[in-house]
Amino acid sequence: MARFGHRGMLFWTGLFAVTWALSTWSFQLYKALDARWIIRFPAQYELPLDDRISDFLDWLVESANFYLFTFKDLTRAIAATIEWPYQVLRDLLIEGFQRGLGDQAVQIAPPLSWIAVIVTAMAIGHYARDWRLAALVGACFAYLAVFGQWQSAMITLASVLIAVPIGAAGGLALGIAAYRAPWFERLLRPVLDLMQTVPVFAYLVPILILFGFGPVAALVATVIYAMPPMVRVTTVALRGVPPEVIEAGRMAGCTRSQMMWKVLVPSAVPTLMVGVNQVIMLTLNMVIIASMIGAGGLGFDVLASLRKLDIGGGIEAGLAIVVMAIALDRASQAFARRGVRHPPTGNVLQRHPWAGTVVLVIGGTLILGRIVPAVQTYPEALTITTGPFWSDAMEWINVNFFDAFEAAKTVVLTWVLLPVKQFFGGIPWGWGIVATGLMAWRVGGWRLGLLAALLTAFIAASGLWAKAMVTVYLCGVSVVIATLVGIPLGILAAERPRAGRVILGLMDTLQTLPSFVYLIPVVMLFRVGDFSAMIAVILYALAPAVRYAAHGIGDVPEPLLEAGRMAGCTRAQLLWRIKLPLATPQLLLGLNQTIMLALSMLVITALVGTRDLGQEVYIALTKANAGQGIVAGLGVAFIAIIADRIVNALAEGQRKRLGLA
Amino acid sequence: MTKPVILDCRNVWKLYGPHADGFLGANPAPDPEALREAGLIGAVRDVSVQIHQGEIFVIMGLSGSGKSTLVRCLSRLVEPTAGQIRFEGKDLLAASESELIEIRRKKMGMVFQQFALLPHLTVLENTAFPLEVQGVGRAAREARAREVIELVGLGGREGYYPRELSGGQQQRVGIARSLAVEPELWFLDEPFSALDPLIRREMQDEFLRLQNILHKTIVFITHDFDEAIRLADRIAVMKDGAIEQVATPEELVLRPATEYVAEFTRHVGRAKVIRAASLAAPLTGDSFAGDLPHDAVVESFAAQVEAADLPHRVIRDGEAIGQVDRRAVIDVLVGRR
Ligand SMILES: Nc1ncnc2c1ncn2[C@@H]1O[C@H](COP(=O)(O)OP(=O)(O)O)[C@@H](O)[C@H]1O
Ligand SMILES: [Mg+2]
Repeated sequence: MARFGHRGMLFWTGLFAVTWALSTWSFQLYKALDARWIIRFPAQYELPLDDRISDFLDWLVESANFYLFTFKDLTRAIAATIEWPYQVLRDLLIEGFQRGLGDQAVQIAPPLSWIAVIVTAMAIGHYARDWRLAALVGACFAYLAVFGQWQSAMITLASVLIAVPIGAAGGLALGIAAYRAPWFERLLRPVLDLMQTVPVFAYLVPILILFGFGPVAALVATVIYAMPPMVRVTTVALRGVPPEVIEAGRMAGCTRSQMMWKVLVPSAVPTLMVGVNQVIMLTLNMVIIASMIGAGGLGFDVLASLRKLDIGGGIEAGLAIVVMAIALDRASQAFARRGVRHPPTGNVLQRHPWAGTVVLVIGGTLILGRIVPAVQTYPEALTITTGPFWSDAMEWINVNFFDAFEAAKTVVLTWVLLPVKQFFGGIPWGWGIVATGLMAWRVGGWRLGLLAALLTAFIAASGLWAKAMVTVYLCGVSVVIATLVGIPLGILAAERPRAGRVILGLMDTLQTLPSFVYLIPVVMLFRVGDFSAMIAVILYALAPAVRYAAHGIGDVPEPLLEAGRMAGCTRAQLLWRIKLPLATPQLLLGLNQTIMLALSMLVITALVGTRDLGQEVYIALTKANAGQGIVAGLGVAFIAIIADRIVNALAEGQRKRLGLA
Repeated sequence: MTKPVILDCRNVWKLYGPHADGFLGANPAPDPEALREAGLIGAVRDVSVQIHQGEIFVIMGLSGSGKSTLVRCLSRLVEPTAGQIRFEGKDLLAASESELIEIRRKKMGMVFQQFALLPHLTVLENTAFPLEVQGVGRAAREARAREVIELVGLGGREGYYPRELSGGQQQRVGIARSLAVEPELWFLDEPFSALDPLIRREMQDEFLRLQNILHKTIVFITHDFDEAIRLADRIAVMKDGAIEQVATPEELVLRPATEYVAEFTRHVGRAKVIRAASLAAPLTGDSFAGDLPHDAVVESFAAQVEAADLPHRVIRDGEAIGQVDRRAVIDVLVGRR
């Protein structure tokens, strides 16, 4: 064991030393040998994949023909099926129902009044859990009205309400298919892996090309983004149904479809609802991002304010997103925990008190709204705008703390970010491929080594080496800092239950916030650049580090701790000698999640001006160059896959060593 | 046993592991050694049993001995690797999927160790579930469900959800559900093992009471020898997937076929299994203290015989087949025989 450890040290130091040397002197090497290919992948060998993809998409849109219909017909049909219910919802929530077009349009019915929407939301909250949830949800929606965010919030809500059922039902269907047919699951799994690691911007581009700029494209992108977790949750939930329950179904003489719909799916509902909660939160996250391709709504407000440097407006819209995220998350979580209840008895109103109230309120406000406009639309005069307040607050912070912030930023930039950036930036692509392969081989065997080397080679051969290294460096620094902050917080949470509740509660909330929101304060305080990106990434990726550390430490079996105490360990010894070593597999899983979140956030920080793969994707998005976007997106996905496999292999090895596997 | 055979199972094997089917084709009767070398688990090995109409057939064995796998082969929840199973004279293993569904809907019922109730259905709906999947109308199936719920003593709790019931009550629902379709063959896989000892005893009594009313053909699994003795007409003792002996409880105790069965039965209270007929000695006089049925167990008449100075007659089919005296009873009680 000792010798093994020694050899291991030698391997890692050796690898690092060679990498460092090559990184430092790669430029000199290139000059000395006059071999430019050392630092730049030769252009004539670059893979033409991006052009191919662009050509293929052009061909699809322009001339693909499946005998009975063209590809364009297909996308049009999809667009129409989504557009129609979406328009109905918009009419219901925002525009009101009209007959006729343009000038001749006659309003048949106004949209739901703000009061009706709030009451409906409260009814759902009460139905899902209790009065407290109803009050919370009601307060959240009231906030949107009072603070003047109603219109945009309703646009966002309409998108969510369309995308969630499609995403949940689609995920359920795919999950059921994967559960039934193992070959389909084998086919689906790598696709899902890829879909969860390819940055969202990357598939915005092709969708934009296929569906055009507008809400439909945004909805399609949202559904694609939000569906994969539902697929996974569905297969896991169905597999989790106890075998005896399935046997009971078979003995009752269920047919295949009775088995699925009367036994498996109903038994799996609690877990499935967890998946629906995820779909809702991811949908919200994506709807906000997709504002950029024409969905409108709160995300668009944030983006517009950021562009105008309207600090107050940005924060206002950002807070509205937060409020909406909290309401949606709490309500859908309550549904997941709800379980079956006894239906109340009595007459129609007594059996459906909430449905009754909602119908009454909708009807009532509809009539009353004709006479008193304030019932229909929250009066403008009564809205409170906090924009100036936030602008002033930011102003004040900037005036008073500008120097402190600048100093901190400069220190981190000069002592951490720049050296690390230089290190990664200097690594010649050839050695990068070899080193990645060696690392993966050492940790997970030759298959993993080969996979890692090939994926790295793809990045290099796509001419993305320099940008990929910026991504790796930014992600690496952020992950290290998030881990250094997160693990102690997690340990604290596990050791002190009181602090734990606060910390874990905070992490829960942080995780429900759409990634976009993190950019707002960071940009306000630190303006654009790598430092801001780093802070946003750290904030976004902190939660899993904390959570897994808390779990890992908290799950150490009690008998082991008792044995430790009886052996006379102090608290600190207990932590260092027993808890932490046993928690390493969990810590590594947390690290894995942190890396994944960091990468997904990093792409979004391209909006605040990083020069990494995210920027490449973003540029592709603005130029509507699908090939470029997809190839850069694949680059990010491959980095994620390599990191994921290596960390998982580490965790697996550690579990085996601890005898937990 | 003159009753007809309902379920006839011959040379059934179930192997788990890689290429289990091919292995048995090349190797029709492998010993445990050969199985281990091939990396296979012999969950059921060469089992042959005949189950007669109206009997309670108990399969007994330690955990992992293959009881559950065997009973699942008998209901074809698990596909046997080899062997024949005939149910009511028809080849069960040749039945198509739709025939199987039909057989299970009409003729088989099963009770599970962990109850296996559907969490989203009430007691009434759970009980009516097998009827629902057959397409029986709501009124008819609920009426029938109410009958069986009444029968298992859960009347008044039709509207409860499983999580609102105790373990014993949940298993009563499991029993009610399996009886809803009036099955001819009733499988119970360790139905009382998840329950506390006191409740278990109560459920055994309840089970015997039901059987007295219903006269089903029953395959009952247990790992508890006392439970087996209380309930069984015949017991099959299983070890490592194979059957060691099939016999009545009394035979098992008096004439164990293998060392393993002997070990098992050594500590059983013999007064609970030995019946009057096996104690009967030839009649010696013609004055008796009383009569005993031939199938009464010693425990049930020990006090009565011990208190009497004269022996008791043992009666079968209205005829005296022998006598039992104080000494014979005491021999059993102190373990001399
Ligand atoms: N699906 C399966 N795959 C592999 N081995 C199994 C499977 N089911 C049961 N076994 C093995 O078969 C043996 C008998 O199991 P089982 O019939 O459940 O025993 P029992 O019900 O008597 O406790 C055990 O060794 C068990 O591990
Ligand atoms: Mg079992």
